[in-house]
Order: sequence, then structure tokens, then C-alpha cells
Amino acid sequence: MEREIVIIGGGPAGLAAAVEARKNGIEDILILERDKSLGGILQQCIHNGFGLHIFGEQLTGPEYADRFIKEVEKLNIEYKLDTMVLHISSDKTIQAINPEDGIINIKAKAIILAMGCRERTRGALNIPGTRPAGVLTAGAAQRFVNIEGHMVGKKVVILGSGDIGLIMARRMTLEGAKVEMVVELMPYSTGLKRNIVQCLDDFNIPLLFSHTVVRIHGKERLEGVTIAKVGDDRKPIPGTERFVECDTLLLSVGLIPENELSREAGVKINDITSGPVVDESMQTSIDGIFACGNVVHVHDLVDFVTEESRLAGRGAAKYIKKELKKSDERIYAKGNGGVRYVVPCIINSENVDNEVNFFMRVDNVYRNVYLCAKQGDTVITKVKKQMVSPGEMEHLKIKREVLKQIKKGEITFHLEEV
Amino acid sequence: MIDVIVIGAGITGTAIARELSKYQIDVMVVEKSYDIANGATKANSGIVHAGYDAKEGTLKAKLNVMGNEMYEDLCKELDVDFIRNGSLVIAFSDEEMKHVEKLYERGIRNGVKELEIIDGEQLRKIEPNISENAVGALHAKTGGIVSPYELAIALAEIAFQNGVKFQFQTEVRNIKRREDYFIVETSRGNIEAKYVVNAAGLFADEINRMLGGKEFRIIPRKGEYCLLDKTQGKHVKNTIFQVPTSKGKGILVSPTVHGNLLLGPNAVEIYEKDDTSTTFEGLDEVIKGAQRSVRNINLRDVITSFTGVRATPDTGDFIINSPSKGAVNAAGIESPGLTSAPAVALMVLDLLREQGLILNKKENFNPKRVKPRRFIDMNQEEKEQALKENKLYGRVICRCEHITEGDIINAIYRPLGARTVDGVKKRLRAGMGRCQGGFCMPRVVEILARELKVEPEEILKAGEGSKILTGRTK
Ligand SMILES: Cc1cc2nc3c(=O)[nH]c(=O)nc-3n(C[C@H](O)[C@H](O)[C@H](O)COP(=O)(O)OP(=O)(O)OC[C@H]3O[C@@H](n4cnc5c(N)ncnc54)[C@H](O)[C@@H]3O)c2cc1C
Ligand SMILES: Cc1cc2nc3c(=O)[nH]c(=O)nc-3n(C[C@H](O)[C@H](O)[C@H](O)COP(=O)(O)OP(=O)(O)OC[C@H]3O[C@@H](n4cnc5c(N)ncnc54)[C@H](O)[C@@H]3O)c2cc1C
Repeated sequence: MEREIVIIGGGPAGLAAAVEARKNGIEDILILERDKSLGGILQQCIHNGFGLHIFGEQLTGPEYADRFIKEVEKLNIEYKLDTMVLHISSDKTIQAINPEDGIINIKAKAIILAMGCRERTRGALNIPGTRPAGVLTAGAAQRFVNIEGHMVGKKVVILGSGDIGLIMARRMTLEGAKVEMVVELMPYSTGLKRNIVQCLDDFNIPLLFSHTVVRIHGKERLEGVTIAKVGDDRKPIPGTERFVECDTLLLSVGLIPENELSREAGVKINDITSGPVVDESMQTSIDGIFACGNVVHVHDLVDFVTEESRLAGRGAAKYIKKELKKSDERIYAKGNGGVRYVVPCIINSENVDNEVNFFMRVDNVYRNVYLCAKQGDTVITKVKKQMVSPGEMEHLKIKREVLKQIKKGEITFHLEEV
Repeated sequence: MIDVIVIGAGITGTAIARELSKYQIDVMVVEKSYDIANGATKANSGIVHAGYDAKEGTLKAKLNVMGNEMYEDLCKELDVDFIRNGSLVIAFSDEEMKHVEKLYERGIRNGVKELEIIDGEQLRKIEPNISENAVGALHAKTGGIVSPYELAIALAEIAFQNGVKFQFQTEVRNIKRREDYFIVETSRGNIEAKYVVNAAGLFADEINRMLGGKEFRIIPRKGEYCLLDKTQGKHVKNTIFQVPTSKGKGILVSPTVHGNLLLGPNAVEIYEKDDTSTTFEGLDEVIKGAQRSVRNINLRDVITSFTGVRATPDTGDFIINSPSKGAVNAAGIESPGLTSAPAVALMVLDLLREQGLILNKKENFNPKRVKPRRFIDMNQEEKEQALKENKLYGRVICRCEHITEGDIINAIYRPLGARTVDGVKKRLRAGMGRCQGGFCMPRVVEILARELKVEPEEILKAGEGSKILTGRTK
């Protein structure tokens, strides 16, 4: 089978990219999604809070997804559900499989990677102790509770203050479980401020910073965890251990972009984001392979996923129409002084429509700082921030004219004291 | 009344059961846990040792070398992956090189073939990632790797398909002797048998006592491991050992047959036989030990850690004897127990014969097993055929290992099939990949519940009491 654009993943990223590619004149688009419905991770996020930026109203995850699914239906964009992509190669051939068609081989002109991310697990943290039932990722618990209607426990400790963990703290409480505490290794939360307020404070669930789980107890089912305070080196401080009885430990300790397929195709991966290196059009290091959403870097707001994915859809459309310009005159964007990474990190200013919205994460909590973009020592733009934290993605826009003037060289992003 | 009851379904018990299934007798295996290979056989290094370790003249030495030689044919017959990847014992000083020479000589006396001593340069040629500090090594080409639980499951399947009965969740609590038979009292009632085989691993000392044998003690010693993602599986080709010290065999670094990288074990004496917990210090010891032998191990790729418990006998050697008339012990089977299992089984049969068991071959014994071919391992043609037969092969459930719904259903309906999440994991590796079941576990629960026709709330992770779900949402 030959197709113009194949999109891997039917979450918010894939859907927005598909819609945008169609609006930019591409007829032949196919979305491949391994789940039984479109919508991605949003389908299990039945809480409010999606869409403030894009639609100016508060939607639940499924409602937000539904707006895009409806549009995909209306535009008659073809999709296949229950279809898992197994391989991609650098020449853009795709192998996928589903129960109806069996093995599907597709040669695509352009591919958009939108596979999202997966959760880090106990193994990755190497938490010592036994291996009983009752230790699971917050996302797996969310799926059990919200989609399948099963409860996963009665007395809960949550490790990690990532958003999914915070949301599950509230969810489990509403379902009648007792959430004993949320334990966070860092001295600050990696989740959104509003989630801490709405999911913990409103339910009097304690959040312990600079703490971690040092041991898991229980032979068959979890019986409790030992928690301890950690020092500045994030190592447990001897003598601070304490046992907390619980039958469930939910892990919300980070998400990892799902890039096995990208790696297999030979796409260049950024060590810090664990996602593909992308340019202003969300094109990866391989011509005609684009990427957007959580597969590129972990987002906390789906609105930004949508924005980024529209770029990818437009980029892929331009690529098919041979309108995407390639030049040696590129700008490289880098994080520096407090900024861990920047996406996108390569800019061909010719391809920029109005402006580039640079997304970035900082490496610590800072108060009263400027977030600034510089070329050498010259400040291009800066905004004042009362507080920045690794848990909330920052962004900074730079206009096309400015980028055109710079044309080639380097832009660095910094935090500077006010 | 049955002829032989085998207590324990680890590698020892299953190897014995398969051997017995060749004869015209009634055999039953009783196992206290939910599945095959839930004891030491589940969590060990999976090394088929060459046989230079054990002191000459011991049962360990003899059965190790014998067992090692049997592996090729056995694994072919059982359709289980076995790779002779070779073992290296590396030395960091001239002092340690002397020890390597001793191991070499011992190996020769034990009858180990294809042993050689190599220098640092040769060593780095075969293993570029070895530590700069290594000065030489013993190279044992007959060392190999196998998946211990896969092998035990395969042995049990053969025994089962040739008429051996298996009873799980059946703990032996007492044994009474009658004139010429035993009454074996279990958690599920009494079983009468003419002969008893004790293959109860860590608890073999207790069974021996029930049988009235001469006292011995099994001391539990645990070993902790870290397992790394398949991206690291080619970091070394051979199994890398260090020179044993008074503290034990030291930490090894080895590829697994599935292409992961395994680090461990340490050795810690423990008080409870079922203490399979890992500790912070233990894992640290394992990692440091591994880094001493091999450079650039990427610890970001650790996907899980686990513990195995050795059944160390206070006699220092395997205890394979008859504790009393009609009974046979296969006890104290610590390392190299996995390697030795096929040879241990033969020895146990000889002892049963000595005890009067008459063994007449079955005419219709079927030694061949066709392994549950996972969809991902099939070639294009087989895949298309499989999809025609069952389109659920087209639904991928475990995205890391690419295990399909068809594979899982297959594993449930096989003889002695999977009934728990860990049972599925053991048979297919679903949930053993880099996401460790984060994604597929809810789906595996759903499939198990549907196929076993129970509520999802009833599905267990591993053993009694390991329920995953606690009820319905409001
Ligand atoms: C649990 C959770 C809670 C969140 N809460 C909020 C919130 O409250 N507010 C907010 O604004 N944002 C929230 N977010 C963030 C936002 O929802 C995500 O950033 C967004 O869903 C990411 O979209 P995506 O399309 O990149 O990834 P996903 O939604 O993960 O979609 C990826 C899709 O790709 C499919 N896929 C992957 N690999 C393959 C393959 N090989 N073949 C076929 N299909 C494949 C997957 O099945 C999935 O459907 C939350 C995120 C998570 C994980
Ligand atoms: C850390 C470690 C590393 C090792 N590495 C290697 C290696 O690399 N190579 C090698 O050759 N060997 C190795 N070994 C040794 C090897 O794993 C063991 O020798 C082997 O698995 C023992 O098998 P088994 O069947 O005797 O015992 P087990 O696998 O422990 O089986 C005994 C079974 O008996 C059951 N049982 C106990 N009591 C009762 C009862 N009362 N009623 C009913 N059932 C009962 C238990 O539930 C269990 O399933 C290692 C061992 C450990 C612990």
C-alpha cells in the first residue's frame, strides 16, 4: 500500500496533525492507532482542565479529544484502530498489524510520529523490597479505575508528584480509598500547581517533599512501604525511615517518550528530552519524518500538544507539496543557564510563518527571574517570571522577522536574575 | 494409590517428572505454589556452568559436568533456547591469575572440555568492554545460558503430556509411613503413594525429616540481581565471572538468552526462607561488583531487580540419597543445580530402582515438545497462517515484547497453562520488557478473567493473596 501521510498514534497529537494536514490540502492521510478508540491518553483523563488555551473553556480529556475526533470524522480522514505499528524504516516503510487486515505494509511519502509516552516503573527506580501485587503505575491504575471500573486498592501511598499521581490521589479518594500521602523526592513538585491545590489540598492529602520510598513490604499483596527523608544529594538520610501501612503504591515518577520506532528508523534522539530532535516544522533528522506531542517531549498541557501538532501537520503537507525549504542557513536553539532543553532546536527561518514558539523546561525552582533568548550577548527577547519550576513547561515566542535577521547561528535561552 | 509422588515443581522436580514419565507408572507432582518454577528456579543466573567450580569428587562436580553435556540434546528436544556463549573467569592480579590456573586444573580433573587460559590482550579481543584492570582469564567454551523457568515449564509439559499429574496449591504437611506405602498429608487432602521423591528446594530439610532421614539443614542465602533492557544485551558475549574469594563466587555480568543483560548475584545469609526482597545495599553491591568487571554498563537501562534464594545444605554438597525405604532425596540443590538437573534426575531414577521401583519403558512416550511459538518469533509464512487461524494474533497486547492476544490465549490453554499475570509473563515474557507491564497488565488481567471465566477481581499476580484489584468503582 502507498500513502501520502501516515500518522502513527491517534492521540491529541496525531489527530491535530491529521486535521491540519488535510486543511493544508493533503487528501491521502491515514492514522494508525493501537487502541480501540481514538483520543490517546486523554480517554482515561476524565477530570476537567483541558482546553483552556485552545478553546477557552474547561473540558474533560474525552471531551477535548472528541472535538478532534469529530473533526477527523467530518473531514473524512481515514484511520485504523486496534492497529499497532511494529516497524518503521528510514525509507518510510511501515509495518503494522491488526486483527482484521493482519500484517499491513505501507510505503509512506511522509510520516508523523505521534506515539506519546509511557510511564517510568519501579524497575527503573530500583526500589528495594519484595515484589507483591499492589505496586503499579498511576497510569495503569487510572486505566483500571476510569475505563474498566475496577478499584486497585484501599489504602494508598503515591510516589512522585507528577500530574497523573496527583489526579489519581483525588480520584482514589473520591472512590472511597484512603490516600495516606504523596511522597516526592525533589524539594518541589513536578506537577502543575493547580493540580496540587485541587487534588491534594482540597482533600487534605499530605505532600511530603524531599522524601522517597526506600523499601516495599509484603509477600503477596503490598503491606506497607518504608519512606525516608532525602538529603540534598537525594540519597535517603539514615535514621529518618518510617513505615507507612498501605495496600497500594502508585508510581508517578515520570514519563518517557516512546521512541523505539523512531530509533529503529534512525531518527536522531535528544538525550535530555529522550525525543527526536526537531526543527521549526517539527521535522526530524530524517526528511519527511515529522514528530509531535509527547513523543517529542513530555507536555503537561494538551493545548500545547495541539499547537505543536498543527505545525507538524502543516510541515508534512508542505513537504508533500515540496514547499518545505531546505537551506544551510539554520539557527540552532540551545538551553543554557537554568534551561534544560528547548524545542524546536533547529530553525530554517524561511519556513517560519509568523513566529516560533520555543518550549522549554528549567532545571530547578527559581523566583523572580527573566526568561530570555539571546544571540551572543544581545538579548532578543525576555519575559519576567515570578516563579519557574521544572514541573511547568515555559515558552517564549520569537517573531519571524527577528529570526530572518539572525538567519544562521545560535540562540541561547537563559534564566537571569531580575 | 499412585506409584511415585514428587514434591516440588522446580527444575529438579520437573526434570525428575519428565524422566519418570518415560515409564509405565503413575506419577504425581505436588507443588505448594500456583505454578511451575516459583522457587529458586524462577530467580537465578540461568548459567549452564562448565564445571570447573566444584571440588573434584563431589556430586556437584560430577553432575554439573554430566548435566552440561546433556543440555544440547535436551533443549533441542524440548524446543527451549540454549546458547553456549562461553564463560570467562577474569583475574585482576597475578595473585588471582594463580587462582585461575587452579580452576583450570580442577576443571580438567572434573572432565571439563574446551578450557583455556587467556591473557589480557586475548581477553579484550573477545570482550572489548572488559575492565582495563583485568590481566587474564579462564575461558570455558562449554559454559552456556538458558531461561530456567522456560526449561522447567517445558520439562513439566513433557511430563504432563505423557501422563504425569500435577497438583498445584498443594503443600505437603506431613508424611506417614505404612507397611509398603506412604500417606502424604497435604493442604488438599491425603495422597497415597508407594514412593516419595523430595525435590522441595529450600524446604527439602523439612520433607527429609518427615521421611525420617538423617538430619541436615538447608540454610537460605539470597542473591540479588539487576536486569537491564535489551539495548544492553550485547554489551558482553560471554558470562563474565570474577575469581571466587572466601566471600563467594562474586558478581557476574551475563547476557540472557532473551538478549537482556543480567548483573548479580551477591550472597547474603537470611533467616526466612521466603525472603525474596531486594535491598538498597544489595543492589548497590551488585552494581559496583559488575562495574569492576565490565566498563560502561548503562545503568539508565535497568528495567527491574529481583532476588533468588539459594538452598545451601550444611553438608556442602548435593544430598541425593534415600532417607528411608521407598523415599529419595534430591536436596541441597544449590548452584549448579540448574545445570545438574538432567543428571540429578537420572541419579534419582537409579535410586528409585534400588528402592524397588520397577521401571518398564512406555512404548508411546512422546519426547517432543513444540514450544508455544510466539507470533513475534514466527516467519512471515507462519504469521500469515497463524492470523488465518486466529485473528487475535493481530492484536498486540504487550507493546515492549510485542506479545499478541493470540499468544496469551495460547499460553492459557496450553497444558499446565498460565492462570496468573506472572504465569503469562513467565510463558511469554509479556510484561517483562522495558515498561514492566505498566501498559499491558490491565489488559492481561482482562484476558485472563475472560478466558478463565472469572471476575477480574479474582485474578492473581502470582500466589494466593496477590489480588490485583480490590473491587468495583462506585
Ligand atoms: C495521565 C495523564 C494525565 C494528564 N492530565 C492532563 C491535564 O489534566 N490537562 C492537560 O492539559 N494535559 C494533561 N495531560 C497531558 C496531555 O494529555 C498529553 O500531553 C497528551 O495526551 C499527549 O498527546 P499525544 O498525542 O502526544 O500522546 P497520547 O495521548 O499518549 O497518544 C499517543 C497515541 O499513540 C498511540 N500509539 C503509540 N504507539 C503506537 C504504535 N506503535 N502504533 C499505533 N499506535 C500507537 C497510543 O495508543 C496513543 O493513543 C495528561 C497526560 C497524562 C499521561
Ligand atoms: C541466586 C541464585 C543463582 C543461581 N545461579 C545458578 C546458575 O547460574 N546455574 C545453575 O546451574 N544453578 C544456579 N542456581 C541454582 C539453581 O537455581 C537451583 O539449584 C535450582 O533452581 C533448584 O531447583 P529445585 O527444583 O531444586 O528447587 P526450587 O526451584 O526451589 O523448587 C522447589 C519447589 O518445591 C516447592 N515446595 C517446597 N516445599 C513444599 C511442600 N512442603 N509441599 C509442596 N511443594 C513444596 C516449592 O514451592 C518450589 O516450587 C542459582 C540459585 C540461586 C538462588
